[in-house]
Amino acid sequence: MVNLGIKIHELDFKNPVLTASGTCGFGEEIADFIDLSLLGGIVVKGTTLKHREGNTYPRMAETPSGMLNAVGLQNKGADNFIFNIYPRIKDLDTHIIVNVNGSTIEDYVALTERLNELDKIPAIELNISCPNVKEGGMAFGISCRSAEAVVKAVRKVYDKTLIVKLSPNVTNIAEIAKAVEGQGADSVSLINTLLGMAVNAETRKPVLSTITGGLSGPAIKPIALRMVWQVYNAVKIPVIGMGGIMNATDALEFMISGASAIQVGTAIFIDPTIPVQIIDGISAYMERHKIQSVNDLIGSLQC
Amino acid sequence: MRKTVIDFLLLDNKQLNKDNFLLKLRSPIPVPELFPGQFINVLIKDASEIFLRRPFSILDVDFNKQIISILVKILGRGSKKLTEAKEGETINAIVPLGKSFSLPEKSDRILLIGGGSGVAPMLFLSKICGLAPSNVSVLIGARSISDHIDISAYQAYGQFHFTTEDGTLGEKGFVTNHPVFTEKLENYNKIYTCGPNQMMKAIGKVAIEKGIFCEVSLENMMACGFGVCLCCVEDTKTGHKCVCTDGPVFNVNDLKW
Repeated sequence: MVNLGIKIHELDFKNPVLTASGTCGFGEEIADFIDLSLLGGIVVKGTTLKHREGNTYPRMAETPSGMLNAVGLQNKGADNFIFNIYPRIKDLDTHIIVNVNGSTIEDYVALTERLNELDKIPAIELNISCPNVKEGGMAFGISCRSAEAVVKAVRKVYDKTLIVKLSPNVTNIAEIAKAVEGQGADSVSLINTLLGMAVNAETRKPVLSTITGGLSGPAIKPIALRMVWQVYNAVKIPVIGMGGIMNATDALEFMISGASAIQVGTAIFIDPTIPVQIIDGISAYMERHKIQSVNDLIGSLQC
Repeated sequence: MRKTVIDFLLLDNKQLNKDNFLLKLRSPIPVPELFPGQFINVLIKDASEIFLRRPFSILDVDFNKQIISILVKILGRGSKKLTEAKEGETINAIVPLGKSFSLPEKSDRILLIGGGSGVAPMLFLSKICGLAPSNVSVLIGARSISDHIDISAYQAYGQFHFTTEDGTLGEKGFVTNHPVFTEKLENYNKIYTCGPNQMMKAIGKVAIEKGIFCEVSLENMMACGFGVCLCCVEDTKTGHKCVCTDGPVFNVNDLKW
């Protein structure tokens, strides 16, 4: 038996495979397909203090080896999560992590304070990298100063595991990672989607209602790997890697490049059983390579 | 009903006319209960430029033989690639997805209107609605006679009417120009429709005016098909709803049409 357990800050995960925010709802939506308790964790849909309708349709464009989305954080707000969703998912035998969003620092803080009171939410993922909202979102994640400010404010009111989700739409992602580490982030997750665009040449119109959107899928994997490797070499806190992971080999590449855990996102749209296939695939790889603990893989890139 | 990812065997891939193909998929496990309006989301293999699954509404189900039939109309690269699949190939698909049309009551007189590949759920509904054929009218529109598919297998389930834009079959014009729609609509207390949005909007508008129950099946662009990506939303009177899970079938009164 191989040991798949990993640790992010003080939180033990049964395995390094999590589902990414915005790609599995609250977990329930994919419960028909997989046993959720097999997952290392579930990062639930991006949540804001108040209900958001999101952007107008069309919000999606298929692109080579990937897709653009411009959902714009459609969600029913904190009350709905706390009173309707949380009671239904809190006893799942996996870590439930809430992806926290806001337009202002006050929003982030207010939502975090409420989530801090939920016993069965052991961590939050602070999203300072959503490219699809007009206010807040990515704006916080593209400069060290604003990233520091929001992490500092949230850290003050949150005593559990604080993961900060970074934007790839920056010149130097390692600098941002160091900045949030300096303000007490327990971990960084990366990458969020890359800002992209699709055009219909026939109509000369943008495909998305918002003109630009976030690119995800295998198309972004090389960029994500590079950034995970850069951040791993720049910070001491654990890195959670994501970006185009479709199978166990992709996941292993991220771990070898420095990720302590990985998130499966867009792949779930194609096949919601992929996260479990990845867990099995990592085990099989470790057996084949006679690796006892998955921790021995983290950052094992031989340059 | 539990949603499942299934590796189907492609039993038959038959070209019906220029753009339409009938695919018969056999499941290795018992086929879940399926109703008209529900759909199957198909993985398109070996096509580097196609990343997402393609949704198709169900045309027919044979529960004993575990076969699901779908009508595939070539609309783009994904559907074209699927029509090139050979018998004996594996077709990976997720089923059952979406909410079906509401099944009619015994006393109903229903009008089913299909356009393009939207004819599939209409034929399926005519077959399983359980009404006397005299209480079921099916109105099918297409550009030309060569775009219509053979419906003889369904003829016994209702009274069929056709339109073509060039007049080569049935009445010339759109479905909304056919006398069944323009003159005899009061004969029906329920309208079900699937087809191009413009067609359904024209039908829905009249249904609202006349106060006739009307359900439409939307086909907004979707990434996942099971309610997690939130990409296929329709802006309804009660906010953004996922076409894949809250629909694809909506009562026209709930839409902002």
